[in-house]
Amino acid sequence: MIEHHLPILLIAIPLMAAPCCVLIHSRRLTQLLALLVCWLCFGISVWLMTKVMHEGAVTYNLGGWEAPYGIVYVVDYLSAFVMLFVSALAAIVLTYSPTSVQAEIPESKQYLFYATYLLCLTGLLGICITGDLFNVFVFLEISSLSTYALISLGRTRRAPLAAFQYLIMGTIGATFILIGIGLLYQMTGTLNMADMAEQLEAVRAVDGETWAGSRTMLVAFAFMTVGLSIKMAVFPLHSWLPNAYTYAPSVVTCFIAATATKVSVYVFIRVVYEIFTPTFAFNILPLDSALMAFSLIGIFVASLAAIYQTNIKRLLAYSSIAQIGYMLLGISMANTAGLTAGIVHMFNHALIKGGLFMVVGCLILRLGSAKLEDLRGAGKTMPWTSFAWVLGGLGLIGVPLTAGFVSKWLLLTAAIDSQHWWVATLMLLSSLLALVYVWRVVETLYFAEPSERAAAAKEAPPLMLVTTYLVVGASIVFGIWTEFSAGVAFETAQHLLGVTQ
Amino acid sequence: MNSFPIVRIVSKILIPYIVLFGLYVQFHGDFGPGGGFQAGVILASALILYGLVFGLPAAKAVAPPWLVEKFIALGVLVYAGTGVATMLLGGNFLDYDVLEHHFLTEITVGGQTLHMLPSGQHLGIFLVEVGVGITVTAVMLMIFYCFAGRETASE
Repeated sequence: MIEHHLPILLIAIPLMAAPCCVLIHSRRLTQLLALLVCWLCFGISVWLMTKVMHEGAVTYNLGGWEAPYGIVYVVDYLSAFVMLFVSALAAIVLTYSPTSVQAEIPESKQYLFYATYLLCLTGLLGICITGDLFNVFVFLEISSLSTYALISLGRTRRAPLAAFQYLIMGTIGATFILIGIGLLYQMTGTLNMADMAEQLEAVRAVDGETWAGSRTMLVAFAFMTVGLSIKMAVFPLHSWLPNAYTYAPSVVTCFIAATATKVSVYVFIRVVYEIFTPTFAFNILPLDSALMAFSLIGIFVASLAAIYQTNIKRLLAYSSIAQIGYMLLGISMANTAGLTAGIVHMFNHALIKGGLFMVVGCLILRLGSAKLEDLRGAGKTMPWTSFAWVLGGLGLIGVPLTAGFVSKWLLLTAAIDSQHWWVATLMLLSSLLALVYVWRVVETLYFAEPSERAAAAKEAPPLMLVTTYLVVGASIVFGIWTEFSAGVAFETAQHLLGVTQ
Repeated sequence: MNSFPIVRIVSKILIPYIVLFGLYVQFHGDFGPGGGFQAGVILASALILYGLVFGLPAAKAVAPPWLVEKFIALGVLVYAGTGVATMLLGGNFLDYDVLEHHFLTEITVGGQTLHMLPSGQHLGIFLVEVGVGITVTAVMLMIFYCFAGRETASE
């Protein structure tokens, strides 16, 4: 009986726990509650993942209304996979957080931090689970609004400014997405994604292969692509991201860097592959070339920008923009191999970047600064933390036996398979740029005279180290054991492209 | 604005009617135009008018910020709690049909059958809208407090 309700419980539990945090008010109790809820969500996600792997998609009708009239929750391979790593990172980051939160967020606001964190998780999971396009927008707003609030909790006075900058950009993006949804609704009369896809297919079928065009569909597609590109921080629309990641509290950066943009990528995949279909997006319209060009420019520009950063958080933020480029590169290839690479990179990058930001959180806790000059020589006083950076950094570069290698290898084979030789070459070159910015930090940590702060620092607290190593270790494990991550991604890609074995 | 007699007297006269109208919009929302959000805004506007005329401290004495904050949370819980209640009664989340109570659903007065108490769907939407009304009132008020006073809500 309770099994039947698990899809809704995954959303309802964190949604209800958030106001409970406000009612409880006590710092210790809210922390415990949030922790419990996050791990519970992770448990439910694992259960849903196994269920999907054994029995196929799970659906749940809200309010007992049948699809396409009511809102329906659908858990399939793709959504279960994304929910799995989102809830896993939410739980691990929250386990890691207490010391860091205590140091960076005023005590009087901590219960609000936990409440907002849970709301953000609700939003992110909701985006994945729902099969209703308008519901996607609602959850997108829940997660975005709570993210703005979380970012503004940062210690410096620049944090509210960064949050405001993100608010403006994010709202423009959300409005564009809403306009797109509105146009599609007006055209098809439905908000259910599967039903909408069928209706649009009917429109397309009338015109045959040489699509003459419903202009509404074209405009809706344009609005949704641009809106989602802002949310994903694709290269020319990425300007909100570096400040948001840099000035947010460390724990918040860990969480949103690992999850938020990936969930937007998830929505993008859903919209492009399921609603508009690849034929429309890639054959009739040249989205693939556009996406490929922007991804590659983004990878190079952002990686080069990362090299010149003096703040380690900002460095990783630019690196995130570059990594989004890799995901979109895979998605833009529109073949099984490329899509597999894109999806698996969402997972791998969540682990790698989550882990690296957790390392940065440890460094900030002990050194009180994220500037490279203050980090000098921290390798001597904080050996474990620094070593975690090395492991995570190797993943970011894509060295064999790390998760980063798996996604890059898949992407490379996909590029070669589809004869994109120059893409393959540029990809390999871009990895060298990652090597440069990762190495710069390694050099600062290990081969420089200790700064005053670094000399006085001591190793990060055990709980933070253990959780950091859990995530960094996972990125190594999933670099060696690829059966699960790449397997699920492959299955998803085949399903999305309509390939049957 | 406490020193302007006309403003003071007129708002004193108007506030009860604004509250009454707010309640009307809330509870008549399922028959006519209205609902939780609109009612919440109207109710909050009564308190905001009170605050504008008699000063922020007076408004805060009526609705202290810490209490307003709790009400923001409470409304969401009422909404989601309705969903949980329907689940416990054996339906899906927010499946109001299971709230069917068969209690005084109709009454016969002088040969005429009158529908008295709401049936399942009706009761469900009623409860959910109460939740929305509570949260919207509290949020509107909190926004007013945040912009009107220097102190933040949590203090």
